[in-house]
Amino acid sequence: MSEKEHKVSRRQFLTYTLTGVGGFMAAGMLMPMARFALDPALQAGGDTDFIRVTSVDDLTEEPQRFNFTIEQEDAWYTSDVDRVAWVYREGDEIVALSPVCTHLGCTVNWEGNEDYPEQFYCPCHFGRFEKDGTNVPNTPPTRPLDVYEMEIRDGDLYLGRTVQR
Amino acid sequence: MLQKIYDWVDERLDITPMWRDIADHEVPEHVNPAHHFSAFVYCFGGLTFFVTVIQILSGMFLAMYYVPDIVNAYESVYYLQNEVTFGVIVRGMHHWGASLVIVMMFLHTLRVFFTGSYKKPRELNWVVGVLIFFVMLGLGFTGYLLPWDMKAYFATVVGLEIAEAVPVVGTFAKTLLAGGEIIGAQTLTRFYAIHVFFLPGALLGLLGAHFYMIRKQGISGPL
Ligand code: HEM
Ligand code: FES
Repeated sequence: MSEKEHKVSRRQFLTYTLTGVGGFMAAGMLMPMARFALDPALQAGGDTDFIRVTSVDDLTEEPQRFNFTIEQEDAWYTSDVDRVAWVYREGDEIVALSPVCTHLGCTVNWEGNEDYPEQFYCPCHFGRFEKDGTNVPNTPPTRPLDVYEMEIRDGDLYLGRTVQR
Repeated sequence: MLQKIYDWVDERLDITPMWRDIADHEVPEHVNPAHHFSAFVYCFGGLTFFVTVIQILSGMFLAMYYVPDIVNAYESVYYLQNEVTFGVIVRGMHHWGASLVIVMMFLHTLRVFFTGSYKKPRELNWVVGVLIFFVMLGLGFTGYLLPWDMKAYFATVVGLEIAEAVPVVGTFAKTLLAGGEIIGAQTLTRFYAIHVFFLPGALLGLLGAHFYMIRKQGISGPL
């Protein structure tokens, strides 16, 4: 390559340096604010404690609704929030389902519609789930109900986070 | 690439004359620090505006986390400063910038004073400048209460007692500013609204007038 092709005029040189320096300074000013605003989206999810929900002896083959309370930390605001689980046992196995509809987040009820016995029913857009949480085909939800992580200590059932299946 | 986008828009909307009219003027020699170094005093107005832009930007971002409520205000400021990434920096920009803008404004005023630029035909712009000065003081006063800590609270107690000392209308002015008899919940929400909506609105209007007059009258001549 010859010298000629690389000729940069004084004007060009000034434009490049000034835009470069100016851009660097603007970035230094704007970057902290952008990162500050993005923070909630970049924060790792916190751990959840396991909370005692019921004694294992009280569980039946029929899903039962259990209410329990977790301590929720929401930025500078800590509060007790109610949680719901639909829990039943099948032989030795215990299943604890989240009541949050996998369509758009409304709340499902066991046998919430008398036309659909033995199913979970969502009133918002008529979503349905089998007893084990699998979504009924041709209703709006596209995946099974989430399940709670669980632990059994001294005959008591403890529930933690919900996980997708 | 950028040049192509610019040309495409310019071909349709003819934007070149618009920005040239606003931005493309020769800097007179007596105002250009490259000719006379002492001319840097002419930069103070622009620097005041620069810090104001930083105040507005950082303030908008602070408002994403801040709540103007006496129970949560302090906690939210604590959270945004200590838990949110770069919170110290963004709050620091707003906190130190609030003082810096006053310093810059003062230096700019000194330059205008000692170059005699307030004289005919620029008297009105001096008046607008003084109004901007009061709006800035108002922003500093109302913003200072927002963190709702001891310093904030007692600074406002003192400030409102000063307002109360005004003859005849003092008590009325104090109650109006505090939003009642106590300096509390209603004072905080009121100061917040004044700080983030009323005064910035007034400020932008005044700055518009300020810059329009400069554009119209040009910079004042050499001494
Ligand atoms: C649109 C413009 C603005 C918005 C949206 C805004 C917003 C805020 C918010 C949310 C706070 C509370 C957070 C904190 O204290 O760290 C605050 C505090 C404050 N603001 Fe502003 N502000 C603006 C402009 C200004 C300007 C122009 C000034 C100064 C002349 C100013 C002076 C202050 C002061 C002194 C504080 C207390 C800061 C501290 O103690 O850390 N603000 N502002
Ligand atoms: S939210 Fe449950 S069916 Fe739509």
